[in-house]
Amino acid sequence: MENIIEIENLHFAYKGEGDEASPPEEVLKGIDLTIKQGEFVAVLGHNGSGKSTLAKHINAILLPTEGKVTVDGIDTKDEEKLFDLRQRAGMVFQNPDNQIVSSIVEEDVAFALENLGVPYEEMRQRVDDALRDVGMYDYRLHSPSQLSGGQKQRVAIAGIIAMRPKCIILDEPTAMLDPQGRKEVLATIHRMNREQGITIVLITHYMDEAADCGRVVVIDKGRIVMDGAPEKVFARVDELKKIGLDVPQTTELAYELKRAGYKISPEIIKVDECVEALLALFKK
Amino acid sequence: MAILETQELTYTYSIGSPFEKTAVDHVDLAINEGEMIGVMGHTGSGKSTLIQHFNGLLKPTSGRVLLDGRDIWADKKKIRDVRFQVGLVFQYPEYQIFEETVFRDIAFGPKNMGLDEAEIKRRVLETSNDIGLPEELMERSPFELSGGQKRRVAIAGVMAMEPKVLILDEPTAGLDPAGRDLILQHIKAYHKRTKNTILIVSHSMEDIASFADRILVMNKGRLFCFDETEKVFARAEEISQIGLDVPQITKVFMELKRRGINFGKEVYTVGYAKELLLKSLKERRKS
Repeated sequence: MENIIEIENLHFAYKGEGDEASPPEEVLKGIDLTIKQGEFVAVLGHNGSGKSTLAKHINAILLPTEGKVTVDGIDTKDEEKLFDLRQRAGMVFQNPDNQIVSSIVEEDVAFALENLGVPYEEMRQRVDDALRDVGMYDYRLHSPSQLSGGQKQRVAIAGIIAMRPKCIILDEPTAMLDPQGRKEVLATIHRMNREQGITIVLITHYMDEAADCGRVVVIDKGRIVMDGAPEKVFARVDELKKIGLDVPQTTELAYELKRAGYKISPEIIKVDECVEALLALFKK
Repeated sequence: MAILETQELTYTYSIGSPFEKTAVDHVDLAINEGEMIGVMGHTGSGKSTLIQHFNGLLKPTSGRVLLDGRDIWADKKKIRDVRFQVGLVFQYPEYQIFEETVFRDIAFGPKNMGLDEAEIKRRVLETSNDIGLPEELMERSPFELSGGQKRRVAIAGVMAMEPKVLILDEPTAGLDPAGRDLILQHIKAYHKRTKNTILIVSHSMEDIASFADRILVMNKGRLFCFDETEKVFARAEEISQIGLDVPQITKVFMELKRRGINFGKEVYTVGYAKELLLKSLKERRKS
């Protein structure tokens, strides 16, 4: 599988902070990250770790102070290819209300396509397909103001999908949603990844969301500190707690029992895995 | 002694229109002074509508709301006073910040209560300390602060009115795990110091389990149950069926019970689970 995102030695500091005597403090301090087409990667970090700043580099909202970001072969610093880049890598943000511009759902989904001058027939097809993909086709003529948070986020995702991107970056898309809304949004992006092979980069601080991903990258103070399968990353309970993150309750329980001397793998995340492991302990 | 009570409380939105909806349906409840209550319910269950009755933001379609035994709507002119006695902090309260300095924003409520300068200052500094805002921030613009700090300013602004009842609607929404723990710790410390009554609306049963004396569960506009934490968790199966997220650890023990290992206790924290399991495993080793 080819690399869709290549981040090399990425350094970044926000301009305008700091004075002449001391330069502004770097928010990203040398990030190296490669993501292959089709992966579903969670980027975990506490607030202030730099995870959102990192996300904004992937579709060129921010440009590196040092280092390079390449998406589908396009260097993010290449101004001429900016529209191309953003068609291939779409971004969904945290606040559903900040992403909707039209007063009718299907018009909002069509927004980017209109700007790209896509002919009507094709636009109609792509908007309908995108709305069906996110399960909002029945609401296509509704006003977005009547929708719940989860529904609004799905409309925002549909707007990105209509562009037929290779990759979608979501910056804490469920932070402002209730459990129902969170379930809907996550189910949608997992389906997009599974059925259409769209690469997903999910920025989050929810452990249960990261637990469902194929790969978890942990950021702390502008650096990547862990990168691997969820069960391997979450097993490092003490380290995660030190940097202000949590682990699933099941993982923590397994870890505590192992520390107490019992033979149980700390690489446990799901409820059924935990139940089986505990039953095994009791059978001995 | 019940500080807050509702009798047959009912609220219907948009009466007579095609959008008519009974959001709160004949709810009877009594909250005792000094309690810390967790309020849960699926989206649309009526919990936000319910709590807006407690400080008179909404007027019942029928039924009564009693504060200290008195109907809050008996004298409409006095309804404003109710809002000083029952403080309500909405979700994402940082959106309501507007003043030039942190101090002024927190002082807004007490100022409107007609208090003198010295008393206002005392309250602002005391609540800032309660909620973890350092004194250095008092003269800063609240808009320069981080999201978590802004939230604290907004909460302090309501606490500064020293309400008998403080209601917080999802105070940890959008915060990361460390931020969540911090805010809950501060609220608990504030409760210990003031001994007032606190209601926290939350979707997280884990969070609620860490502070609630009793848990109030709303379902489709009706009161599903209002009971001690332990007793509510004993109904975990029903709770998950009405659309609420049960903690992972509770699900684990529910399944163990189904598979023949019953501890006879409700488990909702990792600490307690570990305790029970270690004890049980040690006993098995001996026998």
